[in-house]
Amino acid sequence: MPETKESSSPAEIARETWEEQTLKPALERHPERKKSFQTVSLDEVERLYTPADIADLDFARDISFPGQFPYTRGIHPTGYRGKLWTMRQFAGFSTPEETNARFKYLMDQGQTGLSVAYDLPTLMGYDADSPLSEGEVGKCGVAVSSLADMEVLFDGIPLEQVTVSQTINAPASVLLAMYLVVAEKQGARWEKISGTLQNDILKEYIAQKEWIYPIKPAMKLVVDTFEFCTDRVPRYNPISVSGYHIREAGATAAQELAFTLRDGIEYVAWGVEAGLDVDRFVPRMSFFFNAHNDFFEEIAKYRAARRIWSREMKNRFGSNYERTLQMRFHTQTAGVSLTVQQPLNNIVRVAIQALAGVLGGTQSLHTDAYDEALALPTDRAALIALRTQQIIAEETGVANTVDPLGGSYYLEALTEKMEQEALEYFRKIDAMGGMVAAIEKGFPQREIQDSAYHYQKAVERGEQVIVGVNKYAMTDEPSEVPILVIDESVRTHQVERLEQTRASRDAGAVANALDKLRTAAKKNENTMPATIEAVRVYATLGEICSALRDVYGIYEEPAF
Amino acid sequence: MSTRKIRVLVAKPGLDGHDRGAKVIARALRDAGMEVIYTGLRQTPEMIAAAALQEDVDAVGVSILSGAHNTLCPRIVQLLREKGMDNVLVLVGGIVPQEDLPRLKEQGVAEIFLPGTSTEEIVKFLHDNVKPRE
Repeated sequence: MPETKESSSPAEIARETWEEQTLKPALERHPERKKSFQTVSLDEVERLYTPADIADLDFARDISFPGQFPYTRGIHPTGYRGKLWTMRQFAGFSTPEETNARFKYLMDQGQTGLSVAYDLPTLMGYDADSPLSEGEVGKCGVAVSSLADMEVLFDGIPLEQVTVSQTINAPASVLLAMYLVVAEKQGARWEKISGTLQNDILKEYIAQKEWIYPIKPAMKLVVDTFEFCTDRVPRYNPISVSGYHIREAGATAAQELAFTLRDGIEYVAWGVEAGLDVDRFVPRMSFFFNAHNDFFEEIAKYRAARRIWSREMKNRFGSNYERTLQMRFHTQTAGVSLTVQQPLNNIVRVAIQALAGVLGGTQSLHTDAYDEALALPTDRAALIALRTQQIIAEETGVANTVDPLGGSYYLEALTEKMEQEALEYFRKIDAMGGMVAAIEKGFPQREIQDSAYHYQKAVERGEQVIVGVNKYAMTDEPSEVPILVIDESVRTHQVERLEQTRASRDAGAVANALDKLRTAAKKNENTMPATIEAVRVYATLGEICSALRDVYGIYEEPAF
Repeated sequence: MSTRKIRVLVAKPGLDGHDRGAKVIARALRDAGMEVIYTGLRQTPEMIAAAALQEDVDAVGVSILSGAHNTLCPRIVQLLREKGMDNVLVLVGGIVPQEDLPRLKEQGVAEIFLPGTSTEEIVKFLHDNVKPRE
């Protein structure tokens, strides 16, 4: 007797009947377009998902209600019905004066939070007049070399009311100090300030590669900011653990998820090791993810992220505190997906990516401007990017109900698959001794490089289509877009202010403050108070980083 | 008599750390049978020219995405020529606005590959333009 037939459930029988009677003849008449279908991460996608694909999931355990453990469906019980996500456009270019004007313009247009992009010299801890800064001042962001620049950057922007996110990593503690001193000069109280410091040094060694010091002292500086903010700036998020750059460097969605969350776990472990209470500092940790082209894969990634984080905080660190278990994150559309060719197509890509971020329950969102594969955005391009979010929020209806795609067989199966892939990476990284050890071995770096290479090859074989590049390309493109040009006069302007600052400050006080900072670093004390004192007397970013370099040394990347 | 393999220095000048492109290119050129030396990040034009001389390369592939190309690329070409590397091709890959292309070429850059270029095009360009050596 055919035993398998007897043990088949009605659902299995229905599936077999469908395959035999409906699918098979259809495939004979019209074969599918391709032999296999893959996500942008080159993962296989099935033809159809049914209840059988989510049979192992338990609603209460794995999906549950929004605002309830494990937060798969979001951290707010009412989703976006209470409050929309924060529309936070990343901006920064040229001089602090220019960026200040762009901030005010964006706020006048309805933007609800600010986000500062610094230029490369600032990101690397060099002053505008350093020889290494030649050609780079104000190009990829705003140039800030001392408190004098920061005062101009936030002139007329009340820091007690506006939340500001700062994208700065290796020298993050210095920029945080500058921000706090500017706030203080405005009369803002530190305990009322909220905002976010990116301050995620691990992903620098993994992906973005804007580092200064060796990994361990750099981690110590991060923990210093955790400790300082927990006590003195309790509403501020001292870190935004970032997958964005990991993805841009070529990671798959699952790698972005796994490495980012494992970085997050590493920071928690270091904080705990330094004696911090998990439920005091982890609630102020935030995350930052990419929104790439594959719509469902991205939504699954965000939902899996919340579920994994809550489970890890409970299981690894024994927390039962709601705010510790709830992952909050910012999303930015994928810069790497933007094309130079037919640049207006990017508006469409960005809209769809942003929609994935919203359907994944992001707390804040940056939409890229269509001209960003060419240069920093013009005013016109930046405005359309903001309007894209406003259209999603106000016109599409997707914010009317919580987690509208929850329960989709495909999405739930994909969410589960993402979680399992991430956990597999966790096992490997744990076995290596944690994320710092894994980075020292070059493990995440190599995984990402391999994925980047495989993706490039898939594009070149035409298996991954990029509209306007490897399909539907045009020799004569219909539109030319104006681009923003930053010239070398920015450096001249910044160097002049730096010279004035150096001439008018108390040189003895600066030398004294830098000595105190070196001492604090040597004695393994918290460096934040000494950093704030140095900033206050107008020690420059370059001088402060150089004092810390004296103590900590610099990072040299091994060859992988 | 066998011609030697094409030797390429993949260089990353300036402060930006975005090395995805540089690494993908380095691997693609290796897969195409070339010998590739990658400089690592944040090399000054002087360091790049010195490495090119020491490694006796046929071409230098400069990856740059920060907007500092107008400052850095002509300087690299100039230093190579000063050191007598007249035949070493300088290729640039990255984000370079259309209006900067003619000037870079006038200053001695052999070719600029913009985003969306396939690695095969770059391989072909090197095969077509590097003079065979014994």
